[in-house]
Amino acid sequence: MASTPEEFRFGNFVGSLIWLILIVLIIISLVGLPIIFVILFYVPLPPVNGEILTPYLFLSMMVDPTRTLPIIKFLIHTHLFKLVVFPGFTFAALLAAATIFIERKFLAKMQLRVGPLYVGKVEGILQLAADGLKLISKEIIIPSGSDKPIFWASPVAFVAAAAAVTALIPVAPGWVVANISVGLLAVFAILGFFPLIALLFSWASNSKYPFIGGLRALHQMIAFEIPFFLSALSVVILAGSLNLTDIAKAQHPFWFIFFLPISAFVFFISSLAELERVPFDLPEAESEIVAGWLTETSGMIYGLLQLGTYVKLYALAALFVVLFLGGWAGPQIFPQELIPGYTGEKIYNPVTVNAIFWFTVKTFGVIMLFLLPRGINPRIRIDILLHTGWYKLIVLSFINMFVALALIYGGVLGPGGLLTR
Amino acid sequence: MVVLAKSLEDRIDESQKLGLQVIKESEDDRLMTLNVGPQHPGSGHFRFTVKVDGDYIVYADPDPGYVHRGEEKMCEYRNFIQNIPHLERPVIHDSTNITYSYSLAVEELVGIQVPRRGQFIRAIASELNRQVYTLYWLAIYGIFLGHSTMFMWPTGDRELFIDLLEALTGARVTHAFNIPGGVRNDIPNGFKDRCLRQIAYFEKRLKEYEDIFYNNPLLRQRTEGVGILTKEDAIKLGVTGSVLRASGIPYDIRKAEPYDIYNEIDFKVQYMKTGDSFARSYVPFLDMRESCHIMRQLLDKMPESGEVRSKLQPNPKGAPGEAYRRVESGRGALGYYIISDGTPKAYRVKISVGSFRNMLALPYLLVGAKLGDMPSIYWSLNYWPVEADR
Repeated sequence: MASTPEEFRFGNFVGSLIWLILIVLIIISLVGLPIIFVILFYVPLPPVNGEILTPYLFLSMMVDPTRTLPIIKFLIHTHLFKLVVFPGFTFAALLAAATIFIERKFLAKMQLRVGPLYVGKVEGILQLAADGLKLISKEIIIPSGSDKPIFWASPVAFVAAAAAVTALIPVAPGWVVANISVGLLAVFAILGFFPLIALLFSWASNSKYPFIGGLRALHQMIAFEIPFFLSALSVVILAGSLNLTDIAKAQHPFWFIFFLPISAFVFFISSLAELERVPFDLPEAESEIVAGWLTETSGMIYGLLQLGTYVKLYALAALFVVLFLGGWAGPQIFPQELIPGYTGEKIYNPVTVNAIFWFTVKTFGVIMLFLLPRGINPRIRIDILLHTGWYKLIVLSFINMFVALALIYGGVLGPGGLLTR
Repeated sequence: MVVLAKSLEDRIDESQKLGLQVIKESEDDRLMTLNVGPQHPGSGHFRFTVKVDGDYIVYADPDPGYVHRGEEKMCEYRNFIQNIPHLERPVIHDSTNITYSYSLAVEELVGIQVPRRGQFIRAIASELNRQVYTLYWLAIYGIFLGHSTMFMWPTGDRELFIDLLEALTGARVTHAFNIPGGVRNDIPNGFKDRCLRQIAYFEKRLKEYEDIFYNNPLLRQRTEGVGILTKEDAIKLGVTGSVLRASGIPYDIRKAEPYDIYNEIDFKVQYMKTGDSFARSYVPFLDMRESCHIMRQLLDKMPESGEVRSKLQPNPKGAPGEAYRRVESGRGALGYYIISDGTPKAYRVKISVGSFRNMLALPYLLVGAKLGDMPSIYWSLNYWPVEADR
């Protein structure tokens, strides 16, 4: 047993010391140092300002900030940075984390509670980190008889699909991971994966409640996919493009929400249904089917699905901003020069910073609207939901499509229109 | 609609009459059997199995008894006073009312009168506890329908009445306040003003509840016309309390068989005629509003001073014979039938609770309903599983 201490022998002690010294000498001097030298001096990086850049040079440039700026400027324009950090996944995940915190406090205030309070001293700001650590440390329980490959793959696919939507959203002029000409179409193509993932996961769980939840998710998402697409189509008619950057730019003088309020409403309701938020949280209806298609999830599988859900929430709110609220448009509030009289290399671009600021503010506004129904509405029933999706919303979205066509052919908007600059 | 069917086939015939698909015994694998409870978040300490065909429930079988504690048997081994603390365990959120009718029955057996001031304090405690129970019930009804705000608000406002009861009795939920002969102690100083203040605040809150919950179009869509219990079926099944009043029968024990002070109080019996899930959820809300009205009158008419409890010998003996008294609890008629053989202990005690009677309607209302309606039908029956099991 480990409770009794080992007998101390001086010979063993000296022997272990000699082994330790040998390992330190051999591993560090003969293997570790050469590897460090190779990395520092021989790994090639792309040339900046005519210099061949190595990590050693990069480290030496850290001492002189004026020489570091071009490197940073170079790095933040690489595809990897865009994909991983800024308009891509990290930005979306950070906003999603902020959303979770705001949702908790916002809902708590609405319900006369205090919400998270203790973790992180200030208003429980680190509660989410604590929850994440808890989820990571928990055991992942796989139900017996489940389809294990699909059970493992579905949560990853869910997060990947949610992140793929964020890759298509332009945050500022030129700041988009994938600037493709059929951006809106690609968004809807990716959103079509979600019911499939939910159904696959619920089927793989080999349990009754997830199965019912998965079928509900499928019904719900298919019923709301069509009004979702139709409401976005009237925006495409007005903008004359499927590229999301062009759509945002086309709203320069007047945002599309002024011309297409019904479309915006339909888009908002369909987004709520797509996100499975209250009052459309039927696939996770707690009092009927335990936790719906998430019943058998545990540990980080649940964490991944939640992360994916909130990244998707950010993506759809950002899409609403791009389609109806003019994207990044807003009054210039940032100064032209951050440091007056500075004439070196610049990475501060007032237009871009301003665009990012307004985009984030608008997105958070829309996210707050997404959060609001959770405080005031009960869940609705599946037949009412399907009736709403198939009958009411489709008709409503057609109304504004005709309005959009009338605006184009009446010469109000579009090329050479009255209100076009 | 209700036919007292015994077997699955009868109930399937019943669902066929409702326009559903016919499911024969051989096609039983079409049906999916779902276990609701006791580990299910939508059940409580209670299990029922439902068979669903697609989204429709074709069969429902309640299985009470999960928390049976033998309260009736325990009453035979303790004397009349010792019974009080354990009798309020079945429904701790309504503990004053469940000991109220027991005290009335024992008083009838022992043959004592409660002083007038004691009767008023009993009624006040009873009304306060009715609010506590109904708010708790409403909170769970809210979360069953996915309305999280309606869970938090009543749970928070319930604290007001719990604080009042704590000031009155010394305990937050299990008060042991009603005893044969009166109440345990007199009201504290300043209780009347505090009570009136909180009632005024609570009536404002009730308006907000109505705005956010009962007038919500989504809730109306979801609960109106769901699980209709007609007047005749309600009488046939013997449901009581808010479920009976929601089916259009203005029956309240406080009005029908006034006990203690209630014949001097002026109040209306609240009822609705539709008998659907919405009516069953709205009648307790109307009762809460009426209860505020009753409490104001009780506080006004209460004598300023006097005894609250008549003297009772330490180990009272009941006269040989039987007594049956009942009160209107949060869930309906709550009666005690006590047989005494002249000793300090009861020979037999039978508790007749509203929860069990209301639960009998559950299988007939669930058949033909959709799975999404299950929580709203189940909890609108004003059913408290622990009380039904006793």
